[in-house]
Amino acid sequence: MSTLIRVEALTRIFDVSKPWLNRVLERLPKAKLTAVSDVSFEIEENSVYALVGESGSGKSTIGKMITGLVPPTKGRIEVNGKDISSDPDSAEAAKVRADIQMIFQDPYASLNPRWKVRNIIAEPVAVRGGKTGGLAERMLEQVGLSGADADKYPHEFSGGQRQRICIARALASGPKIIVCDEPTSALDVSVQSQVLNLMSDLREELGLTYLFISHDLTVVQHMADKIGVLYLGTLVEEAPRDALFSDPKHPYTQMIFDAAPRMDAFGREVDPPKGEIPDAINPPTGCPYHPRCPIAVDRCSQEKPLLRHIGDTRVACHLAE
Amino acid sequence: MSTPVLSVRDLVVEIPTRKGLLKPVDGVSFDIAAGEILGVVGESGAGKSMTGNAVIGLLDRPARIAAGEVRLLGDPIQNLKGEALRRQRGKRMGMIFQDPLTSLNPLLTVGEQLTETIREHLDVSKSEALNRAIAALEEVGIPAARQRIDSYPHEFSGGMRQRVVIALALCAEPELVIADEPTTALDVSVQAQIIALLKRLCRERGVAVMLVTHDMGVIAEAADRIAVMYAGRMAELGPVRDVITKPHHPYTAGLMASTPVASRGQKRLRQIPGAMPRLDALPDGCAFHPRCEKATDKCRAEPGPTLAADEGRAACWYPLTQTKEATA
Repeated sequence: MSTLIRVEALTRIFDVSKPWLNRVLERLPKAKLTAVSDVSFEIEENSVYALVGESGSGKSTIGKMITGLVPPTKGRIEVNGKDISSDPDSAEAAKVRADIQMIFQDPYASLNPRWKVRNIIAEPVAVRGGKTGGLAERMLEQVGLSGADADKYPHEFSGGQRQRICIARALASGPKIIVCDEPTSALDVSVQSQVLNLMSDLREELGLTYLFISHDLTVVQHMADKIGVLYLGTLVEEAPRDALFSDPKHPYTQMIFDAAPRMDAFGREVDPPKGEIPDAINPPTGCPYHPRCPIAVDRCSQEKPLLRHIGDTRVACHLAE
Repeated sequence: MSTPVLSVRDLVVEIPTRKGLLKPVDGVSFDIAAGEILGVVGESGAGKSMTGNAVIGLLDRPARIAAGEVRLLGDPIQNLKGEALRRQRGKRMGMIFQDPLTSLNPLLTVGEQLTETIREHLDVSKSEALNRAIAALEEVGIPAARQRIDSYPHEFSGGMRQRVVIALALCAEPELVIADEPTTALDVSVQAQIIALLKRLCRERGVAVMLVTHDMGVIAEAADRIAVMYAGRMAELGPVRDVITKPHHPYTAGLMASTPVASRGQKRLRQIPGAMPRLDALPDGCAFHPRCEKATDKCRAEPGPTLAADEGRAACWYPLTQTKEATA
């Protein structure tokens, strides 16, 4: 398999300063929030790469940078060997980006309530001047709805059906890569399983590559081939699915695995993890996880660990082995 | 067995609309004993939050309790109004909502909100109320409670805010707490902290907890018994381990099988075809029959048997009683 997406040293810094007048009056410095810090990974063709992490870990920002919704502050994004981050407005980058589509979390907010489903699905093709005749019907049937639904409005569908419409829209332009940002977290379990199965089927039929962003470990374990764990904007661990779940190396990964509620753990008494995610505007020095880490040593608070290989796993921890 | 803290019998909630009378809760019965956590699960629209709101008297008009009985330690409370309801709510029943940011008043400090509730329901002096408020914050694990008591809600993180909400629900020492999706807005590590806290408080104080959530994992770890709701009716009720490992109702079985579980490693998830019917388009007979593989003419004609609070497991004509594990 060949590498389809290569992300190198990707960084995104948001300016979260107060308005300039307040800064002058209150003598405040500019405030910077590092949402994504020096993240590198590769996604192979026709695989599912998952990014997991808690809120504020930067997983959605990475998805938005790959689709071009947010420009990176530093770093490179290559798709099929072509750089799309240094000159995002070039004709070549636009052509590459036609291969990338996105599915959003909330199927109620991501469909225009005033548009018919036909126009919603055809839009990504129409905007590039493609032929749209019969396209909506074909796409609707592909995602398990009926072609007759093309003349309805989004409010006539349930949450799961809306998410199918979102998938149909993402597929309409014939993309190779789909970035899915929490695609099922707004759905009920019985509907979630329908949507996840549909996504697996489409991947096999159309040879799609997914970047799957989620906080739900059981969903990620079901869907992903390779998983990257993010903490405070940093990639702390990356491993193939089975390696990660059978032998998590980073103490943060171990902590979220232990903390996640399990269906077979009746009345389990967990010793809950200590502390919360620190403020991203003033992140801790050294390893971002050291204030909460049960095995932290002095070195962890001074020196930021770099990703290193242990077998198939890449882990950013001084003490992992 | 002693009197249960909460006893709900044949509760019916109605909403009159232009399209006709909707019944988001239709004939629900259950008990919760002191120190017990009852997990109420179901998909959106199943009526689980509506049941919780009906118990605590928070139904928005035009929704109303049309029939049935709600007893708190034997006292009927379903018809209380105004002042009488206000004296029960907060004092004897506490509520924890999903979103801690919207359930706290942003203009009052945490201490003001706690002391207001304490003085409203308990006959104590101002300084005594303040001491109790600090003790309440300490009990839910807020560090440096004495300093933080004068902070406003926005100065707390999401997990800390939910702890404040729990302190607020518990500060007047209620007998019953209704927690409606208390951890849905929180991250996993914080969720684990909040669940552990709820379990500890329930055990130590003997509070009865009605835990409403859609997360099976949370229920499995926290609840003693589980009530599965579907389209306003109770589908299955029983001890948590039995219901999860050996479900009797086909809907429960489908729900368990469609939840991805780490240890199963299956290629495809089992799915329940279709979606839950809308309240204005409920099918005749058992509400689940259009999605059920085992449905017969009887299921299409007659609604499933009504589940009583103390007997029976599943509201189904053909319960899955064979001891097959749900891992199929």
